[in-house]
Amino acid sequence: MSKIVQGNFQILANKKVGVDYFKMEVGAPSVVKQARPGQFVHVRCRNSIEPLLRRPFSFHRLKRSSFEILYKVIGQGTNLLAKKRKGDKIDILGPLGNGFQLSSINYQLSTILVAGGMGVAPLLALAEAGVGKRSCPVLIGARTKREVLCAKDFKKLGAKVRIATDDGSLGYRGLVTDLLKKLLLSTKNCQLSTIYACGPKPMLQEITRLAKNFRIPAYGSLEENMACGVGACLGCAIKTKQGYKQVCKDGPVFNLQEIQC
Amino acid sequence: MPNLSVSLGKLKLANPLLVASGTFGYAGEYQDLVSLKKIGAIVTKTITLKAQKGNPPPRLCETYSGMLNAIGLENPGLQAFIDKKLSSLRKIGVPIIVSIAADTPAQFARIARRLSSIKSVAALELNISCPNLGKRGLIAQDPQATYRVVQAVKKATSLPVITKLSPNVTDISAIASAAQRAGSDILSLVNTFFGMAVDLPTRKPILGNTTGGLSGPAIKPQALWMLRQVFRATKLPIIGMGGIMNTRDALEFIVCGATAVAVGTANFVNPRVSVEIIAGIKDYLNKNKIKNIKQLVGSLKA
Repeated sequence: MSKIVQGNFQILANKKVGVDYFKMEVGAPSVVKQARPGQFVHVRCRNSIEPLLRRPFSFHRLKRSSFEILYKVIGQGTNLLAKKRKGDKIDILGPLGNGFQLSSINYQLSTILVAGGMGVAPLLALAEAGVGKRSCPVLIGARTKREVLCAKDFKKLGAKVRIATDDGSLGYRGLVTDLLKKLLLSTKNCQLSTIYACGPKPMLQEITRLAKNFRIPAYGSLEENMACGVGACLGCAIKTKQGYKQVCKDGPVFNLQEIQC
Repeated sequence: MPNLSVSLGKLKLANPLLVASGTFGYAGEYQDLVSLKKIGAIVTKTITLKAQKGNPPPRLCETYSGMLNAIGLENPGLQAFIDKKLSSLRKIGVPIIVSIAADTPAQFARIARRLSSIKSVAALELNISCPNLGKRGLIAQDPQATYRVVQAVKKATSLPVITKLSPNVTDISAIASAAQRAGSDILSLVNTFFGMAVDLPTRKPILGNTTGGLSGPAIKPQALWMLRQVFRATKLPIIGMGGIMNTRDALEFIVCGATAVAVGTANFVNPRVSVEIIAGIKDYLNKNKIKNIKQLVGSLKA
């Protein structure tokens, strides 16, 4: 278990990387010291009572003494984040959650990363931790070309990136899970693969189904409304085969076959 | 050095700051972040006789300056709590108040009896006001039902008994008086307000349980007003709570009649808030040359 830290840390960069997408880098050696891909930070967007709760963001990139988060401006919290400047301080709580079990990854076997929309966020950290360097397939799905994120970053690592967009404006026209199915059908010994995924619920449900049919393990990073982030309030429960589990503490990474939707 | 220690009847605390039930787990969750031994007392997540699995998700959502929750008293049950949670709580070295809930007075008494035999339990808080159990009414909405539960527990234990009141009532002082008549040693108020939130695109309730309990700074003025009514209607010491976010909020509750205060939702925002408020109260007393926190209790000029 990594030790949880809370503190005000300096923003090193906060850049627009797409239509409504931003990347923020925060210098926080004590947070990243024990952090691993798949874990997250709970961010206080403003020192005020509105918005009240922190916002959870998974590590997008883990560096030696800083981390990056990738976020889309949607509501009040992310609007406030987008206005922060380099040099501002930000209240961070983390690292939180279980993260991807890197020790269980067998690099001799193939790994497949599947991201839907913002789902690329935790998967880049995973790829950079070594998974992506073995020319593994990275499947990225988005609504349109403008919403395809991080394809370059994955390519730089040597990953084989394939893209699906709903409108066909980039790559395959259709769902990213169609790409996954095609890949699995065309791969010899595909049962030796492991899938790591993050994205919207319907995508994760389809991946769960495919993984079951092809008899391969699949892990997904999940989301739920969250308050404490440390397993105290029991607010971010999801239904699993072993009863309710907390996304913040038992997850956010789960074996997808355990999830009951 | 001002004196921060307070007595709630037989229950003596080094300072008047508690963490509210359900917002601090079993304290271990916060051990990396807070110096737990500085907290006046820790109130556990509510324990029931048998394990409860809780409500379907989503269990919470944010609202204007507040949040709704419908956890549904998820807990491992009395025996598992005693076996697995209590020993680490005991080691913290501050008074441990166990929050308990049950369906009947007899069941409340049974839990109280079992916990009375355990040395490390300092007091019991009767959660008769959880709004998330899908029942028609709350015990804390009925003076007679409140009386029966408190009376049954008092017969079963010699531990100090705290009755936690609901704000979802027409006249909170009537419930407070019933708890006093039945022998409650302390009152705590308020629990959360009934509320709900809607997801407009799907026109569905956001919470899996449809309704939830509203907490956070949004409820503070109502909590203060109810505290004031109870302070005037009974002689019992009161643990005040409802949207306390900082030192100033805590002092306002004390001025309105709370001998001690509890922080709840604020723990989620700032895990260190409880110890920050203790330091803040100390500063306030020093600056205003007040030697003892007791001088402030109920000192509202009205």
